[in-house]
Amino acid sequence: MKKLRFNWSNLLLPFVGVAISVLVWWALSALPHSNLPSPAKTWVASKPFIVEPFAKRGEMDQGILRFTWNSLVLVAEGYALALALALPLGFFLGLSKLFTKCFDPIVQILRPVSPLAWLPLGLILFQQSRPAAVFTVAICSMWPTVLNTAVGVRSIPQDYLNVARVLQLTRWQTLTKVLIPATLPYMFTGFRLSLGIAWLVIVAAEMLTGAPGIGGFLWQEYNSLIYEHIILCIITIGLVGFVLDRLMSVLESRFKTA
Amino acid sequence: MPVLHHVNLSVPEGEFLCIVGFSGSGKTTLISLLAGLTTPDAGDVLIRGQLVNGPGLDRGIVFQNYSLLPWLTAAGNIALAVDKRFPDLARAQRAARVRHYLDLVSLGHAADRKPAHLSGGMRQRVSVARALALDPEILLLDEPLSALDALTRGTLQSEIADLWQRDRKTVILITNDVDEALLLGDRIIPLTHGPNSTLGPSFRVPMARPRRREAFNHDPVARHLRAEIFAFLHTTSAAALQLPAVVALPDLRPYDLDRHQISA
Repeated sequence: MKKLRFNWSNLLLPFVGVAISVLVWWALSALPHSNLPSPAKTWVASKPFIVEPFAKRGEMDQGILRFTWNSLVLVAEGYALALALALPLGFFLGLSKLFTKCFDPIVQILRPVSPLAWLPLGLILFQQSRPAAVFTVAICSMWPTVLNTAVGVRSIPQDYLNVARVLQLTRWQTLTKVLIPATLPYMFTGFRLSLGIAWLVIVAAEMLTGAPGIGGFLWQEYNSLIYEHIILCIITIGLVGFVLDRLMSVLESRFKTA
Repeated sequence: MPVLHHVNLSVPEGEFLCIVGFSGSGKTTLISLLAGLTTPDAGDVLIRGQLVNGPGLDRGIVFQNYSLLPWLTAAGNIALAVDKRFPDLARAQRAARVRHYLDLVSLGHAADRKPAHLSGGMRQRVSVARALALDPEILLLDEPLSALDALTRGTLQSEIADLWQRDRKTVILITNDVDEALLLGDRIIPLTHGPNSTLGPSFRVPMARPRRREAFNHDPVARHLRAEIFAFLHTTSAAALQLPAVVALPDLRPYDLDRHQISA
């Protein structure tokens, strides 16, 4: 009979880490003059939102998963736009030295701009907060994909390109059968980084525009002086970000090429 | 400093030509020129009187590094070539062609494996099968067995010899192994040492096929040929390195040998 050894440490040690972190949190909140809500108070105040995650009692009074869902929808739109812009740009940068010399300075200048600077521009251009938020997510999160795709295209071994030439593949065939599969690992690195940034940006964008997502809820609760909910939002944001990253990881291993 | 100069080479149809040379003597450049991957600064490459100005499906190439696309299976790599070469054939016929060439190199059982799951020898066989599947006029082999261990190299040399016997295509094989050239070629041309190499004299290989490596050590014709080729290669390499016959040592004498004697 085959003996299965279950790796208990993989399951237990993360719980140990969480427990220690909660203890540190409690200790910090128990200090005199501490404004940090304790774990117990946070749990009590958050219960209605967690226990009924899909409830909708009002525009800014919904279950935590409803808020999260609203944010995710905005992220999806912004992220899709980011990839649609980033992939062709990345390929052009990788394939053409001339293009790189022309536009690399622009890329490098736009890259470090914070979402908090793009959002007002988005509001001016689109007048409404929703398209402005999508625009901000797109323009902030596209850069890792642009740069990683460009590096990937430049790193394609000359051998593969020789094969494409010898077999007389058309430009389209070279793109689909050689360039894209060869660049896919680099593209996925870009996708993961871009997704992380997109999730970060949406929280900031919602806080500034008051949209009914997790960021908007966080800012509202701050203004309402219910600080326990800020902690709830932080934990939720972190967990969702972690899950998104894991999902992208799974997708990456599914599409493993080179 | 040019890589190659004064290359006057003509290869009759159906000949197996081996070009032997050291590393850095421009062997890969020569194959790239023949394949059409690069153009010469002066001079022309003609195939049957037609000027070559780019790669084509009439020339099959086996690269030194196999150059298999890692995201395609062995069958997929060969199918890429077959689909380009025979676009008008029905899908079933193209698939049959792929299977035929895989079986030819004894890889029928590994058709669905990706290159990462194939050994070096198997990868090279797929590369050879891909070149053959194009049904090319000319086969160009750029040091195809250099990246393999010696035992696999011996096996593949025999396989290449057998494959050539079937079709008698025009083959140009670049190698750094004189014995490999003796085993496979109808004619051997050494390259002088690089840079600025040129082709050496042409050596016709008279031994009858099928040839056996073990027989070379006893066959006076083979031994003589091998010695001549090695002699040529070594003279050109010595000339290239410009080794003087006598080296003058500096005139040094010890100052005092008694200084550091250990007293008993």
